[in-house]
Amino acid sequence: MSKRYELNKNLAEMLKGGVIMDVMNPEQARIAEAAGACAVMALERIPADIRAKGGVSRASDPKMIKEIQAAVSIPVMAKVRIGHFVEAQILEALEIDYIDESEVLTPADNVYHIDKSKFKVPFVCGAKNLGEALRRIREGASMIRTKGEPGTGDVVEAVTHMRRMNEEIRYIKSLTDEQLMTAAKDMGAPYELVKYVNEHGKLPVVNFAAGGIATPADAALMMQLGCDGVFVGSGIFKSGNPKKRAEAIVKAVTHYNDPKVLAEVSEDLGEAMVGISVSDINANNRMADRGW
Amino acid sequence: MIIGVLALQGAFREHMKCLKKIGIHGKLVKSNKDLEGIDGIILPGGESTAMGKLLVDFNMKENLSNKIKNGLPAWGTCAGMILLAKKIDGENKAHLGVMDIDVKRNAYGRQLGSFSTEKIIPEISDEPIELVFIRAPYINSVNNGVDILCEVDGNIVAAKQRNILVTSFHPELTENRAFHRYFVKMIKNNKSV
Repeated sequence: MSKRYELNKNLAEMLKGGVIMDVMNPEQARIAEAAGACAVMALERIPADIRAKGGVSRASDPKMIKEIQAAVSIPVMAKVRIGHFVEAQILEALEIDYIDESEVLTPADNVYHIDKSKFKVPFVCGAKNLGEALRRIREGASMIRTKGEPGTGDVVEAVTHMRRMNEEIRYIKSLTDEQLMTAAKDMGAPYELVKYVNEHGKLPVVNFAAGGIATPADAALMMQLGCDGVFVGSGIFKSGNPKKRAEAIVKAVTHYNDPKVLAEVSEDLGEAMVGISVSDINANNRMADRGW
Repeated sequence: MIIGVLALQGAFREHMKCLKKIGIHGKLVKSNKDLEGIDGIILPGGESTAMGKLLVDFNMKENLSNKIKNGLPAWGTCAGMILLAKKIDGENKAHLGVMDIDVKRNAYGRQLGSFSTEKIIPEISDEPIELVFIRAPYINSVNNGVDILCEVDGNIVAAKQRNILVTSFHPELTENRAFHRYFVKMIKNNKSV
């Protein structure tokens, strides 16, 4: 494993126990930083707006990303379309801190994800299950997040993906050596990474929750289910009081195991994002099914 | 001996694992209550802005700052070093503000500037130690009897002042336990005084 990959995995380690917030301009970025975000995700339209507006969704304007980089001192991430390695090259030229190869944008390639091992900047990728996570890691992702269902404010898919990942990790851990190759074949995952999970009982990289987290309780729920930190996309800046909600979610992630603190921070946050129930979304409009 | 590890955000679990490996009891610190009964505290890597804000929000800043001023041994790695510094380059406020150092945040730039190197630090160990820098800070200048323990390319990356140890890099991300042992020794010496 290369030195660079180790350094990139280690940046993700530093983000743990933290909240990564979607922001659309420098002002929101500063609000997020002041609220205690451990990083921001710069994008032109947050997932809820992408859903509402439709059309093709692409990587953000470099000008907007540079303005956000100039506005804050915490790491700045940005999204590229699945398989769009040139958008990734552009973000690398901007010295972005993390690239999210994201199903939130319209996929650029229906077959291949980006060969992330060719890049010096780190990548985070979404996954619905263990096999998908291990495929992305083998391609060079140094951080994983659940896909959830972005832009909905409905946490059900993030929960489903996290639980599935945990169950599959427990299953792989229970296997004997001679069962591992068959397991690797069945889940379409690289053998050496299946073996790693068998030996260590966990993913080889940090795993965050994403996709539908809208309240401090949602964030704490994902932490109690075993994720290392959370992404909040539309949940903050689509709510009635973004600053207060952002601060509350940060505190909830730190004290995810303390219901008294969670009760305090959940109080009087104003309106949450309106949200859409995932079950009301047609199968072909589900972002989590983009990528494989 | 119990060593607290500040667990508001960041890579606190790695420090807990290191302590366990050298047979020391580690304790996660998330509130003022958790600060009771510890013999030393490690401030881990992470984002100093996030940790600094949570220290204020959970009313821990003054309490922890006073404890360190009164002699509680403290070790800050990366963001932890920024929390301990009296002066942060380009900012007019410090966090705990207990050590006479002036630090520069993100001194090596963005993630592409992160690197690792090896160095012998005589105060810590005779063997070379791997130094991992992740969007790391360094120390611009020191005051009032701060000992410089290590420089890399002319920049100060490890220092000590009485009961306070700081490193720009992350010994907790490597297999070498020399820094953790050194901190334990600092705590033992502190007790015998």
